[in-house]
Amino acid sequence: MAKIIMTADDSASVRQMVSFTLKQGGYEVVEAVDGKDALQKLASHKVDMLITDLNMPNLDGIGLIKGARGLASCRFIPIVMLTTESQDSRKQEGKAAGATGWIVKPFKPEQLMAVVKKVLG
Amino acid sequence: MMDVHRQAFKEEAYELLSELESSLLELEERPDDIDLIGRVFRAMHTIKGSGSMFGFDDIASFTHEVETIFDMVRNGKLEVTKLLVNLTLAARDQIKSMLDHSDDGGTADAEASARIIAGLRTLACCDAPAAAPVQPKAAQPLPSEKVSYRIRFVPARNIFASGSNPLTLLAELRELGTCNVTAQTSGFPTLSEMDPEACYVYWDVILTTDQGINAIRDVFIFVEDDCELRIEVIAEHDRFADRQDYKKLGEILLERGDISPKEMAEVLAQQKRFGELAVSKGILAEAKVQSALVEQRHIKEVHQEKQSAEAASSIRVPAERLDDLVNLVGELVTVQARLTQTATQREDAELSAIAEEVERLTAELRDSALNIRMLPIGSTFSKFKRLVRDLSSELGKEIEMTTDGAETELDKTVIEKLNDPLVHLIRNSIDHGVELPQAREAAGKPRHGTVHLAAVHSGDSVLITIADDGAGLDKEAIRAKALERGIIAQGSELSEKELFALIFAPGFSTAKKVSSVSGRGVGMDVVKRAIEALRGSIEISSVRGAGTRITVRIPLTLAIIESLLVKIGDDSFMLPLSLVDECIELTREDRSRSHGRNLAHVRGGLVPYIPLRERFAIAGAPPEIEQIVITEVNGQRVGFVVDHVIGEHQTVIKSLGRAYRNVEGVSGATILGDGSVALILDIPQLVQSVEAEAA
Repeated sequence: MAKIIMTADDSASVRQMVSFTLKQGGYEVVEAVDGKDALQKLASHKVDMLITDLNMPNLDGIGLIKGARGLASCRFIPIVMLTTESQDSRKQEGKAAGATGWIVKPFKPEQLMAVVKKVLG
Repeated sequence: MMDVHRQAFKEEAYELLSELESSLLELEERPDDIDLIGRVFRAMHTIKGSGSMFGFDDIASFTHEVETIFDMVRNGKLEVTKLLVNLTLAARDQIKSMLDHSDDGGTADAEASARIIAGLRTLACCDAPAAAPVQPKAAQPLPSEKVSYRIRFVPARNIFASGSNPLTLLAELRELGTCNVTAQTSGFPTLSEMDPEACYVYWDVILTTDQGINAIRDVFIFVEDDCELRIEVIAEHDRFADRQDYKKLGEILLERGDISPKEMAEVLAQQKRFGELAVSKGILAEAKVQSALVEQRHIKEVHQEKQSAEAASSIRVPAERLDDLVNLVGELVTVQARLTQTATQREDAELSAIAEEVERLTAELRDSALNIRMLPIGSTFSKFKRLVRDLSSELGKEIEMTTDGAETELDKTVIEKLNDPLVHLIRNSIDHGVELPQAREAAGKPRHGTVHLAAVHSGDSVLITIADDGAGLDKEAIRAKALERGIIAQGSELSEKELFALIFAPGFSTAKKVSSVSGRGVGMDVVKRAIEALRGSIEISSVRGAGTRITVRIPLTLAIIESLLVKIGDDSFMLPLSLVDECIELTREDRSRSHGRNLAHVRGGLVPYIPLRERFAIAGAPPEIEQIVITEVNGQRVGFVVDHVIGEHQTVIKSLGRAYRNVEGVSGATILGDGSVALILDIPQLVQSVEAEAA
C-alpha cells in the first residue's frame, strides 16, 4: 500500500508542486492549507509523513509540529519542514519542536524526493 | 606511484585538450551553443581540478584563468567572439606545451602564458576581478578514488522522538558503496529499566565508497545534533599500489632461520587468537571484537573486488602488443591453410572436420584481432580542421573545412601513415586550389572556399576524398610544365586523366612560387609513393573553375590482403586483387603476331603487357597457353603474363628480410598452405620500372 504523506502549506503553488512530485513518486498525498487544517486532518487520517511550511496563517509550522507530536499516531513519523536559508533560528526552533529534517527553499523536485526517501526509507 | 597518477592525468589532459580543440572550432561556428560552452568549461574545469591535485600547479593556475572566462560566458556575461576563440585556442596550445614540458624539467614559455592571460583579462573587461591563482586543493581524496571509512553512529536515546529512523539512514549508507554494518547492543539495560521508546543500539559501519566523506556526512545531516558520529578513514584504495601488510613476526623469524617450521607450528598451536584472549580476560566484549573482525574482512573483500574490477574494465595496451597479436594471428592463418590442405589431400573425414572447425575459429580470431586495431579516422580529421583554419588565415584566404564519415574505421597503422600524405594534399588544396576571396568574388563564387574531407567504406578499402571548390587544374599549364620538365614528349596525346596524373610525376610542381604552405621540398610524387606504400591508389579529377577532387583508396588493413595466386614455372606469385581487372589467355600465336611489341588485343583496345617470366629471368619454356592478368594502375591498364592463374587467396603479408628489402617489384611475401613461399608483387612499382627502362 502506498505511503501517505501530508503537505501543509498556505501557498497553493507550493502545495501543488509538492503534491505532484510526491504522487509521481508513488505516494498518496493529503493536502492541508494551514496548520490548523493539518492538525484536524491528522486526527482523522493516518499519515506516514508530514511536510510542512513554517510560515502559515492560523497555526504556523512550529505549532503544527508540536501538535502533531502530541498525537499518538504521529509521535514517530518523520516531519520535514520547508525553510529558507535565512531562517536558521526557525530551523532550530523546529528541530526542538520535534521536526525530523528540513528542506531549504527553493528546492527542486529531485531534492524533495531525496529527502522523502531519506527519512521515510 | 605519484608518477603513475601524473601519467594518468597527462593522458586524460591530452584527450581533454583535443576534445577542447574540436569544441572550440565548433563553437566558432555556433557561438550560441550552450552545450558547447558547457563542454569547454568542463574540460577546463577538469584540467584545472585534476592538475592541481597531481602537482601541475602551473597548469592549474593558468587554466583557472581560462575557466573563469568561460564561466562568464556560461553565465551569459560574455559573448563568444572570434578573438575569444583565438585566445582560448592559444591557451589550449599553451597548456599542451606545459604538459609536454612537465617531464623533461623544461618550462613552457612563461611570456606566452602571461600574454594569453592578459588578453583574456582584457576580454573579461575591467570589472572582472584579477583572478587569484588557485590554491592546490587540500589533500582530499579524489572523488573517484575508493576510500574505506569506519563510521560509529551512536544515536541519542530520544532519537525516535524527532521522527528519525536510524535504519533508513543505514540503508542510505548502503547505497553509497560496499557496506558492512554491525549493531552494538551492549548498551541495553535490563528489561525492567528499559524505556521502549528509547534507542539503546549503536552501529559500527565499515563503508567503502568513492563518494567522499561529505556524502557520508550528508546522510546524517538531520541527526547530527542528536547523535554521536565518528567518521574515520581507514584505508585509501589507491588504484595502483595497495600497500601490503608487512610480514608477520613469525614469517620474519622463519625466513631468517631463527625458528624451524615445526617449532613455529608448536608455538602457534598454543597461541590463542588475540580476540579470544582479550575476551577471555574480560577486557573486551565479544561484540566489539566481532565488529573489528568485520572491518578486517570488509577491507580484504574490497581489495579483492577492486582487483577483479580493474581486470575487467577497459585497458590501454601498447600498440606493439597488438601488432604482435596480429602477427601471431597471421602465422595461425598460414598454419591453418596448411592444415586444410593436408586434410583435403589425405581425404580423412575426421581430420577435415577438425580443419574446418579450425578454419572457422581462425577466421573469427583474425577478424576480431584486426578489429582491435581499427580506429575511427575522425581524430585525424579534427587535426586537419585546425590545419585548415591556421593555414587559410596565414594565406589570407577564407576557407571552411567540412568533413564526412569521421566514424569510418581504419587500421591504426594505416591512419598513422595516412597523416602526412593527407596533410600535404590538404595544404595543396588550400594553397593552389582555393583562390583568394577577391578572385573568388570576381569569378562569381562565394568568398568562402570549402575544403571537403570525406571517408567512406568501399568493399575492403576506404575511400578518402579531398575536394575543394577552388580554381581547378589548368590542363594547359600542366602540359606546358610537363613538356618543359621533359616528363612527356612533344605532341604526345594524353587523356585528361593521364594529364592530371602527371601532377604525381617526380619533379613536377605547378605552383608559380614557393610559399611556406606548399613547396616544402615535398612534391606530390612523395604523396603518391606514400599512398602506394599503403597499397593504396590515388586519383584526381578536376573541373576548371569549379574545383578539384582527389580520391585516395586505402585498404582497410595492412596485415592481410586478398590476392590472386599465380604460377610461373615452379614459383608462386601474388597480385593484390584490388588492382586486378580480368584475366585473358595469351597463345603463342598471339605472341608471334604482336612482333615483340608486347601488346594484347582486349575487346578492341590495346593493352601493353609485361612477360613476368622474362622480367624475373625464370628458366624454362612457357606453356602453350599463357595467362595475362590485367591490372589497372593509375587509370592505365597493364597486363602481366604468367603461366597459370591458380585463384584467389587470402594472404598474410610478411615483410622481406633486410637483404631483400630493396628488391624492385616485390612488396612482401607470404607462406602458402604447402609451406612454400610466394612473393607479393608490387604492381605500380613494376610498371614504373618497366616504363623507366623503355624511356
